[in-house]
Amino acid sequence: MHSTLSFSRATTVPTTNYAFHSQSPINLRFCGLRREAFGISILTRSSSGRVRLSTRGRSKRISASTGNNGTPPKSFDYDLIIIGAGVGGHGAALHAVEKGLKTAIIEGDVVGGTCVNRGCVPSKALLAVSGRMRELQSEHHMKALGLQVSAAGYDRQGVAGHANNLASEIRSNLTNSMKALGVDILTGFGTIVGPQKVKYGKVGFTDNVVTAKDIIIATGSVPFVPKGIEVDGKTVITSDHALKLEFVPDWIAIVGSGYIGLEFSDVYTALGSEVTFIEALDQLMPGFDPEISKLAQRVLINPRKIDYHTGVFATKITPARDGKPVIIELTDAKTKEHKDTLEVDAALIATGRAPFTNGLGLENINVVTQRGFVPVDERMRVIDANGNLVPHLYCIGDANGKMMLAHAASAQGISVVEQVTGRDHVLNHLSVPAACFTHPEISMVGLTEPQAREKAVKEGFEISVAKTSFKANTKALAENEGEGLAKLIYRPDNGEILGVHIFGLHAADLIHEASNAIALGTRIQDIKFAVHAHPTLSEVLDELFKSAKVLDMKTLRKMKS
Amino acid sequence: MQTQLGSAVFPRLLRRSLSYIPSILYSLHSLLNLFHFFRFLSNSSPQSQKHKEMASPFLSNTIISFSSSLSSSSSLPRLAPSIPFSAIRSKSTPRRILTVRSKIREIFMPALSSTMTEGKIVSWVKSEGDVLSKGESVVVVESDKADMDVETFYDGILAAIVVGEGETALVGAAIGVLAETEDEIAEAKAKAASKSGASTPSAPPPAPTPAAASTPAPPKSTPAPAAPTVAEGPTKTVATPYAKKLAKQHKVDIESVVGTGPYGRITPEDIEAAAGLSPSKKNVGLAVVVETKHAAPAKAPAASAAPSSLPPPVPGSTVVPFTTMQSAVSKNMVESLSVPTFRVGYPVTTDALDALYEKVKPKGVTMTALLAKAAAMALAQHPVVNSSCKDGKSFTYNSNINIAVAVAINGGLITPVLQDADKLDLYLLSQKWKELVEKARAKQLQPQEYNSGTFTLSNLGMFGVDRFDAILPPGQGAIMAVGASKPTVVADAEGFFSVKNKMLVNVTADHRIIYGADLAAFLQTFSKIVENAESLTL
Repeated sequence: MHSTLSFSRATTVPTTNYAFHSQSPINLRFCGLRREAFGISILTRSSSGRVRLSTRGRSKRISASTGNNGTPPKSFDYDLIIIGAGVGGHGAALHAVEKGLKTAIIEGDVVGGTCVNRGCVPSKALLAVSGRMRELQSEHHMKALGLQVSAAGYDRQGVAGHANNLASEIRSNLTNSMKALGVDILTGFGTIVGPQKVKYGKVGFTDNVVTAKDIIIATGSVPFVPKGIEVDGKTVITSDHALKLEFVPDWIAIVGSGYIGLEFSDVYTALGSEVTFIEALDQLMPGFDPEISKLAQRVLINPRKIDYHTGVFATKITPARDGKPVIIELTDAKTKEHKDTLEVDAALIATGRAPFTNGLGLENINVVTQRGFVPVDERMRVIDANGNLVPHLYCIGDANGKMMLAHAASAQGISVVEQVTGRDHVLNHLSVPAACFTHPEISMVGLTEPQAREKAVKEGFEISVAKTSFKANTKALAENEGEGLAKLIYRPDNGEILGVHIFGLHAADLIHEASNAIALGTRIQDIKFAVHAHPTLSEVLDELFKSAKVLDMKTLRKMKS
Repeated sequence: MQTQLGSAVFPRLLRRSLSYIPSILYSLHSLLNLFHFFRFLSNSSPQSQKHKEMASPFLSNTIISFSSSLSSSSSLPRLAPSIPFSAIRSKSTPRRILTVRSKIREIFMPALSSTMTEGKIVSWVKSEGDVLSKGESVVVVESDKADMDVETFYDGILAAIVVGEGETALVGAAIGVLAETEDEIAEAKAKAASKSGASTPSAPPPAPTPAAASTPAPPKSTPAPAAPTVAEGPTKTVATPYAKKLAKQHKVDIESVVGTGPYGRITPEDIEAAAGLSPSKKNVGLAVVVETKHAAPAKAPAASAAPSSLPPPVPGSTVVPFTTMQSAVSKNMVESLSVPTFRVGYPVTTDALDALYEKVKPKGVTMTALLAKAAAMALAQHPVVNSSCKDGKSFTYNSNINIAVAVAINGGLITPVLQDADKLDLYLLSQKWKELVEKARAKQLQPQEYNSGTFTLSNLGMFGVDRFDAILPPGQGAIMAVGASKPTVVADAEGFFSVKNKMLVNVTADHRIIYGADLAAFLQTFSKIVENAESLTL
């Protein structure tokens, strides 16, 4: 999860952004000119020439190299094969069909992947319950609205059932949508056996080999469990187990305070558990804009039945057994000395996710994973051990680790399909929003303030910050949910939006005005004239854009002279 | 006025955000000052200090911030007597106040929100020795809600910082000292020094300090003797996150609490029990402050009587944690304190009942069943006595008459319920009762079988108790306490003496719903039913 945040260190050349657009006739708005410096410097160097020059399809260098690289088949079973039917694979498949490609998708487990079955989807069902519980339990809130509700309670089985039903409903929707469009769903684990060649099959059965002109790896990720932690699926669990809500412990320790940990803390505390966070970094909610995480801590952590230990690793976790509780040993992150021992009823490991790339047969095409991630360039093209691009092979989603979000995977998949159908496309990851569905929600797009400041210093421009409060919003006050903040980080000289962070009611839905503006390159001086219905929460962003001070040309010229 | 009360700070953010009504705020502010001031004058005796503290939460609700910094006038008594500023304390005539000479002022931790009880100093914008002018930002305070700049109300020099960056202070505690002229800096510093020693205990971890040690009965310095009796092994104290929060909030020394949760951990309920039921947060917090600040001897008993102070255990005593059942009883009993109850007693002649009992005893009918049946029949005619008050606003009339009967079982108390006691006949009721008691002994009662009562019966007659009064269980309207039936000499209307068996019954009821006449009428009916006991067998 943390790794997703480093993408933003990619560099931008703001001035060429515009010029580039005018040269490129296709898809011009989506083409940011951002080089993904994802810790692979060789890649950046080797492909840097292409990044600047190629505006159309695949470069010559690749097509020339295909002849030397194995023996690809002459005719193909499919135009496109996608390994993994998660949200990323699904998005790619749908777009491929739209583009007229004969498409197959290989899935060894259930359609829908992590998001639908063990992630975003069932967790939203639990969070819907926790949100309502929270409201009903807040006597103060109810009284302020003039409502009277007798004690709120819940039935664990019913809540778990809701989450499970939602997952199966979405799963069948996904399956049906692909079947209806004529996407072949091949069952089994996919392995790459050579260029443009994949075998698939269930364990113990004979494998089928299929060929495709292009292949997308979209195998996703699994919960990451650090060494020393023994997961028994009952008292020491990962998000996979927690989403089944098989029991609601009185006291649960959550290891990791990122999105996953935060969302579960929201669920568990609403259902009556007490929560202890264990965070390796010095601050809770690392990765969020510091100001937002500070405010979020005041609202989401401090008033709730939550305490926390920061700057410590959970080096050993033993499940409850032999009449003993779950025992967690904490080690100081800096001194590596034993610091404390916790005894709790359950522990949820939310330390992030690890790519699921074992058994993909990457060795057959000379690709070496980096900490499990498949190395790719900014166009999701897979890079082999020598730093060369592997022709016709792409990797999207959690498996490449660029941005471990379901909708990012889908966007990357669509981007790949655009490329293989002859339109160059580079996804601007800085325009991909992210959200944490706590109550209230947190959402963000682009850079955090420290990242923006670092970039501003490096590239020699000024940044400004504008903020608006939900307290000034009519709709938020009508809902009696005035707690919240929206924050805009921008360039006062040209009005470019660098980042937007929202904490407040329905923040996850509000972020898209900002993310679309970034994706489309809309400047503040233009978007501030857009009209918002009154009274709506969207006026929080309206206020935000209006409160930003973009310098006019006259002032700029004066400053320069 | 403000000068004397020492309110030296003003949260800037608040003023900024409410800038369109500054004049109102100002006038409210001074009004409040006035109000508080007069309270102060009228309560000039040391004992009245505590009342003043209790008044402040009310004030702080009306006007978010200033009032609590006003309430800091309570901190005046802790000043060392040598400081001229304490003129108010020693002499409370208005004339003397108007001629206060000293210009050394304290900067208090302001209340930045209605729920704030303590604040953390994020940073000092000014450092010691800086010249301040009115309205300048001096310090950034983190409340439970936000960081706010706090600005000075006066011109002066920041002589000393009492509470440093990153430290926490209770609302109303002095966090810095402001001198008006350079000459006063030294004096102000001396004052600050005396303060920093005394004010540390007001920070959340109430470390024992010399100040605390010198107070007559420091209730907080007990963990050492308590530890050996509590510890049952080498295990350390384990407290849940909410328990820790509550302990901090209610100033309960967590080390002195015995955990009753799973694996002996300290649960929020344990802390609540240790802190006493729903003590007003402010009240407790400030009582502790007063106590640790060289309180006048007259005030010490009041302070140590604060609910948070646990008396030190007598050496050699053993601490036995409550069982689950005992915890439940304890919780219910404490909860019952929130209900306004009253009691009505009634003598009942039981000759007929006793005769009936002798007759039906061989058929397995118990006295409990007879009394339950009689009560149920009376309740049927007086539904209000069978009702309950759940929310303080309404009657809840119960459609069934379920008689709970209190039973003592090894070291506990449970109330098995005879459901629909008015509808079942005596024999069925007796059979049912037998089953319930057996289940209760085996701890196999289902929740429905002990918590569905609408009226409770408690009988101690078999011990020879002639009368007693019962505590009304939460959620019910009334409970009947039955004493022993005893031969009593009675005189009838004609003046003839005779000997009759009489028992005293005493009903405790919730007066929000059941009034005196209701109970009296109910008891009259009950008495008639018992006196015509044959009706019980119908």
